[in-house]
Amino acid sequence: MLEIINVTKVFSPGTINEKVALNGLDLKLENGDFVTVIGGNGAGKSTMLNAVAGVWKVDAGSILIDGIDVTNVPEHKRAKYLGRVFQDPLKGTAADMQIEENLALANRRGKRRTLKPGINSAERGQYKELLSELGLGLEDRLSEKVGLLSGGQRQALTLLMAALQSPKLLLLDEHTAALDPKTAAKVLQITDRIVSENHLTTLMVTHNMRDAIEHGNRLVMMHEGRIIVDVKGEEKKSLTIEHLLDMFTKASGNEFANDRALLS
Amino acid sequence: MAVFLTSLLGTLPGAVAQGLIWGIMAIGVYITFRILDLADLTVDGSICTGAAVCTILVRSGMNIWPAILISFLVGMAAGCVTGFFHISLGIPAILAGILTQLMLYSVNLKILAGANLALSSRTYQVVITSSRIPQALLVLAVTMAIIVAVLYFFFGTELGSAIRATGSNPEMSRAQSINTNITKLLGFALSNAFVALSGAMLAQYQGSADINMGRGAIVIGLASVIIGEAIFRKFSRNFALKLLSVFVGAIIYYMVLQIVIFIGADTDLLKMMSAFVVAVFLGVPYLKKQHFTKAKIGVNKNA
Repeated sequence: MLEIINVTKVFSPGTINEKVALNGLDLKLENGDFVTVIGGNGAGKSTMLNAVAGVWKVDAGSILIDGIDVTNVPEHKRAKYLGRVFQDPLKGTAADMQIEENLALANRRGKRRTLKPGINSAERGQYKELLSELGLGLEDRLSEKVGLLSGGQRQALTLLMAALQSPKLLLLDEHTAALDPKTAAKVLQITDRIVSENHLTTLMVTHNMRDAIEHGNRLVMMHEGRIIVDVKGEEKKSLTIEHLLDMFTKASGNEFANDRALLS
Repeated sequence: MAVFLTSLLGTLPGAVAQGLIWGIMAIGVYITFRILDLADLTVDGSICTGAAVCTILVRSGMNIWPAILISFLVGMAAGCVTGFFHISLGIPAILAGILTQLMLYSVNLKILAGANLALSSRTYQVVITSSRIPQALLVLAVTMAIIVAVLYFFFGTELGSAIRATGSNPEMSRAQSINTNITKLLGFALSNAFVALSGAMLAQYQGSADINMGRGAIVIGLASVIIGEAIFRKFSRNFALKLLSVFVGAIIYYMVLQIVIFIGADTDLLKMMSAFVVAVFLGVPYLKKQHFTKAKIGVNKNA
């Protein structure tokens, strides 16, 4: 479903701040894979998602989504295949627009935007139903501005929006990192439900090792811009945090350097 | 006193007419400044371009309606130039607008073949003129109603929503497959089209096009937008009323201006006053946020 082939990305090349963020990265996702991504600070986790989303061009290598080479496809065109949820809850929705307007925008992802009404009444019913499944009481607030919602509510809404047009790939970039633990757990629960109901191939970056172990069918660990650990199937099910840290040290020759991951 | 008031009231219909004309321009400012969240200074030039194009076409014998339409389209083209500078060349929006504005100064001089050109309502067929204010008010009120209706419809469409989303959150918009370059370009084009339309109306109303007529137009536009917002904010979130409030803001601006002139204030200082009003209205919300936000959070926690 997704193939990242030998992708390299260098930020600020030729300067004192030069940073090799992705260093010959290879990763292949099968249809229906739910892969959690973990790694130290600056390992390239978010950079990988941005490379797939096309936020900027990669320096080398290629990216294929469902066999289609999207390496040089601009971000807004690539969006047709992708659902995205960001770390910052403010990033995934338009704060000045209503809840239903945000959903309607997402419902037109990958389609031509014409002079037809931006939302119709059939959609409203559908949105109401989808929102009520979240269990956050948003179904009665369709015409409220998204800016009035809490971070958790916004992430849940962004998840709904990401899944609306059945993307080929769902990209979750530490989407619970900015939430309090209780809300984070709720959003993860919603994530699991949406992913399994829609059979979405998913790439979820997380800073939380336990979440990375408990969710998905496959776990990859990044270090210095490439994948150094890749665990799937039965082995993934029996993983523990200690085991994971061991694997990291062996593969990288370093201690795991991510305070947030170790503390949570 | 009674005489004073009567003669003051006598000047107010003219102020309303001017307010309605500049309100069209302020709608253009509203599109870039409020909807797209971009400051576009092209308007100081494009309002004169609209006036110049309309004047020259009518003088050459064209009917007024197609002349107005062509002014509208030329304004659109001016907006596209700014859009090109900003989007394709990566020039910050403010600077892109200033560049186009400066280019338009030359363009306007060439169109007018001088610093000003008369468009007398006695010689040429025009739709509004300051010598027939009741008729002008009627035409302008209808124009306003049409503009509000059309924009209300447009910004409710898929395309219009995409433009609003771009202003609210460009990153999210791209993630939802919106080409934010195109939506911004559309915004610049649409904005300056209305500004040029306003210029075309103004040339008819005052009976001439003048190379300096756009000086400080952006400030008048901003003043109209924020005065309208200040008045309407309390009781409406409806988009049509927001558009209407821009016209109301412009009318109030010109009425206040008329009163200030009437009581004998130094007209040399008018632009200073306009700029001051805009600075205060834009500055106060910022200062409020800076100094009162913390207290507010504390109150909420206790509640």
